[in-house]
Amino acid sequence: MNNRSYFLLTALVLGFAFLYVPILSMVVYSFNESRLVTVWGGFSVKWYGELFENRQMLQAAWLSLRIATVTATGAVIIGTLAGLVLARFGKFRTRTIFAGMVTAPLVMPEVITGLSLLLLFVALAPWPFVPDSRGFSTITIAHITLTMSYVTVVVQSRLSTMDDSLEEAAMDLGARPTKVFLLITLPIIAPAMISGWLLAFTLSLDDLVIASFTSGPSTNTLPMMIFSTVRRGVTPQINALATIMVAIVTVFVIIAGITMSRQERRRQMDMRLAAAAGKHQ
Amino acid sequence: MAKQSYVSLGERLMLGIDKLLSNVLHSPPYRWSSGILRRIGLSGRTLVIAVPWIWLLLFFLIPFIIVLKISFAETRWLGTPPYSPLFEWVNNQYLQVKFNLGNYLFLLQDSLYLKAFLSSLKVAGVSTVFCLLLGYPMAYGIARANAKWRNTLLLLIILPFWTSFLLRVYAWMGLLGNNGLINQILQGVGLVNEPVTMLNTDFAMYIGIVYSYLPFMILPLYSNLEKHDLTLLEAAVDLGCKPFKAFLAITLPLSVPGIIAGSMLVFIPAVGEFVIPRLLGGTDSLMIGRVLWDEYFLNRNWPIASAVAIALLILLVIPIMIFQRYQMQEAGGLARR
Repeated sequence: MNNRSYFLLTALVLGFAFLYVPILSMVVYSFNESRLVTVWGGFSVKWYGELFENRQMLQAAWLSLRIATVTATGAVIIGTLAGLVLARFGKFRTRTIFAGMVTAPLVMPEVITGLSLLLLFVALAPWPFVPDSRGFSTITIAHITLTMSYVTVVVQSRLSTMDDSLEEAAMDLGARPTKVFLLITLPIIAPAMISGWLLAFTLSLDDLVIASFTSGPSTNTLPMMIFSTVRRGVTPQINALATIMVAIVTVFVIIAGITMSRQERRRQMDMRLAAAAGKHQ
Repeated sequence: MAKQSYVSLGERLMLGIDKLLSNVLHSPPYRWSSGILRRIGLSGRTLVIAVPWIWLLLFFLIPFIIVLKISFAETRWLGTPPYSPLFEWVNNQYLQVKFNLGNYLFLLQDSLYLKAFLSSLKVAGVSTVFCLLLGYPMAYGIARANAKWRNTLLLLIILPFWTSFLLRVYAWMGLLGNNGLINQILQGVGLVNEPVTMLNTDFAMYIGIVYSYLPFMILPLYSNLEKHDLTLLEAAVDLGCKPFKAFLAITLPLSVPGIIAGSMLVFIPAVGEFVIPRLLGGTDSLMIGRVLWDEYFLNRNWPIASAVAIALLILLVIPIMIFQRYQMQEAGGLARR
């Protein structure tokens, strides 16, 4: 160990403490008996009980979960098409503006995206086939627009690390484009689509600003409920809610991590076996 | 043996899909519809491009044009919608165009907006520097860590990103409050007698922004640092260069693209940030995202809100373009490999 290693180790330890101490403190205080979030009054799970009796909060959570599911599915469909176009379709006339529009929502401040979509929905309201009240559908449309960019980036980068020789070979052997896509491209990008779906789901579940702009007066998503509660100060119910969310995410991430490392190990073993078989020939 | 059956199951599945697919592709409805599409000049390729194109046109480009339009309108306090139309038919004969620059002049005259823009830039800039100072050593440490640990460490960076952003900001409300954990520790150790006011100050706001955006700095930096050719450093050290000097001469210049990408990913959203200043900052914290929000939700002044949005976008055009250029370079580099 030299000086540099000590420095990097210290930076890592401090950095991870900075990232995780707030989350851990939130989890610990969710089991606090006392109403004062910051004074320890003994172990209790009563805030979880109160959370599950809070009908407004549960309704908001249910709405957010529905929006996130539809959003993630829509974003994966449109985002995958956009990723395919950018990675495989070569040049076409409007490519530059298309590429710009796809990546712009990634960095656009949320307040601008929210305001612009709201003004669109207001302008469209007198038109036929447009729902006259804002709520589930408008929030979902706004969220798909925001999250499809993330799916596009993930799918595009997966496709560009894979050369298109497999697809070309299938085409040369007479397969139609639809068939090539479904039998070759789709299995290749499936992992990217799954992570894109999860990313879109999480982003939609988490969004406060865009949902506040595009929702009607009677619609409350979970982040909007949390925000209006938290604005009045710290409450243990929110700590309980946060703990539940952290627990769900942690379990998911651990499962995903184990599956991925297993697949990786299997692929390495297959490659070693293939190499060994090649040598014996 | 178990592995054998797994593979053949997968193969059977593929064959099944293949059969199903060829049935669909050769069925009369599919052939007719694709024939019709081809006759009116629409290929499958055009259709695939059209779906995301039309979506983005409808929900990205047109809304933006509407914001631009409303930013030139006059406020009508009692109307629905609460702004004047830009184009109006006078006596059904003349098309009258009212182009009102008043909103932008108002933004320049009222010092509130100028101050808000400047302080947003300052807050975002300072936060970006702190993210870089904290994130660079972390990204470097992970990139040079034992390969066995690297993925776990990276996962630990990404993990907070998957939990709610709002709740992570809320966590700091509990830590920084007057009887929060930090003040309790400070008083317990005896460093201070009175609780230090930290919540609802600029200090809390900076902590919140650095905390929330740190992963966005670390990830692009890591993916850059991880690709470096370590033999360059070894060669420099073999030739008698001190490790720190080698870092300054080799690693730092090579990591500039990562620094730019990470900084833009922190800076751009931080300028328009609303939630963190609202929950952690003081009532006097002037951030442009918050001003836009209040202008729309409290004052219901749509034209001013639109003008603020356009001004903010103009402010961010240069950083956004730098970021996009970097993105394309990266994508191009990937494609070339």
